[in-house]
Amino acid sequence: MFDIQTQLFEARDIRFGPIDHEKDPEIEAKWTHDSEFMRMMEINPARPLSAAIIKKQYEKLEKQIDESKNLYHFAIRAKEDDRLIGKAGIQWIEWTNGNGWINLGIGAAEDRRKGYGSQALNMLIRFAFAELNLFRVSARVPEYNEAAIALFEKFGFMEEVRRRQALDRDGRRWDLIVFGLLNSEWQNQAKA
Amino acid sequence: MKDILTGNLVRLAAFDPEEVGKAFSGWSRDSEYWRLMDSGAIRLQSTKEAVKNFEKEVEELAPGVYFFGVRRLADDVLIGEMVLDVVNWSGRDAFVGLSIGARENWGKGYGTDMMKVLLRFAFTEVNLKRVSLGVFEYNPRAIRSYEKSGFCHEGRQRGFLNREGKRWDMPFMGILREEWMNLQEKERENM
Repeated sequence: MFDIQTQLFEARDIRFGPIDHEKDPEIEAKWTHDSEFMRMMEINPARPLSAAIIKKQYEKLEKQIDESKNLYHFAIRAKEDDRLIGKAGIQWIEWTNGNGWINLGIGAAEDRRKGYGSQALNMLIRFAFAELNLFRVSARVPEYNEAAIALFEKFGFMEEVRRRQALDRDGRRWDLIVFGLLNSEWQNQAKA
Repeated sequence: MKDILTGNLVRLAAFDPEEVGKAFSGWSRDSEYWRLMDSGAIRLQSTKEAVKNFEKEVEELAPGVYFFGVRRLADDVLIGEMVLDVVNWSGRDAFVGLSIGARENWGKGYGTDMMKVLLRFAFTEVNLKRVSLGVFEYNPRAIRSYEKSGFCHEGRQRGFLNREGKRWDMPFMGILREEWMNLQEKERENM
């Protein structure tokens, strides 16, 4: 794990890559039509987006990466056919305090529950701690996203904050959970 | 209907980027002011830069963010600023931030009075369901004030801040509409 030759962007079934401005917008636009995906990823109201809007968002995102230098974004691709299956990122990085927020999503329903999310999170954490040298990472998860909660717990994240009833969906209030993992905890896991 | 923006010691007034920017440039020269207010490294800003930044912020972030200048009732002096940022309209959840500039105005109950007015605004004018905030472990005076205002502790991000070579937690607090309504009820009974 602490080998300089470790491939940061290659896992068993997936790899991290840059955005493909030609092909990706169409695919991500399709994901946004799945309200379940949107509700798992987003706190704002779900709404279907056109490929043209996604394209603009990518441009805005890359401009932000260039200018503010406090976020990273990866397209997650399946190794077998290089197709786009999800997105991962670290944002709101505070360099002086060494913290950042991670986000991760597998787009199409048929690509979920195959271990892709787990492989992506593994790479994302390694990138945050062994390349960016952050002290800690945080992740925001709605109470109803059981798959994400199970995934973060598997990776040793601790529930640090529970913002009571911060979300309103399907006529009821839900908590918004904030998970945290320290670099030192990750290193201890790797040693064990 | 009474004036909902006036408290016992202070009132929430218009946020004038020119006036607040000028004051802020002075307040920030006290490094403790900055460290209590912001998690980022201190940056000293000229009046010109501060005014420009506030103008940009107000223009870009309104109407989802409510900006206030805070004035003392006794002499109408600008003593601080306060912001209510609706982070989620569909969930009716907002973050509140505030600062009191000059240190001779700290520890006088202005912050608690500001929060009392702001919560009334948040729950009875903006009609929010909850108000949230983040605070720094090394600011116990603020934490006590928020507890007095009815905020509950909702957890803490471990070691979120690095100051003076030491790691500090970032506690999060929140108050729900029903909790705030119950507090009003109790206050009325005690009157």
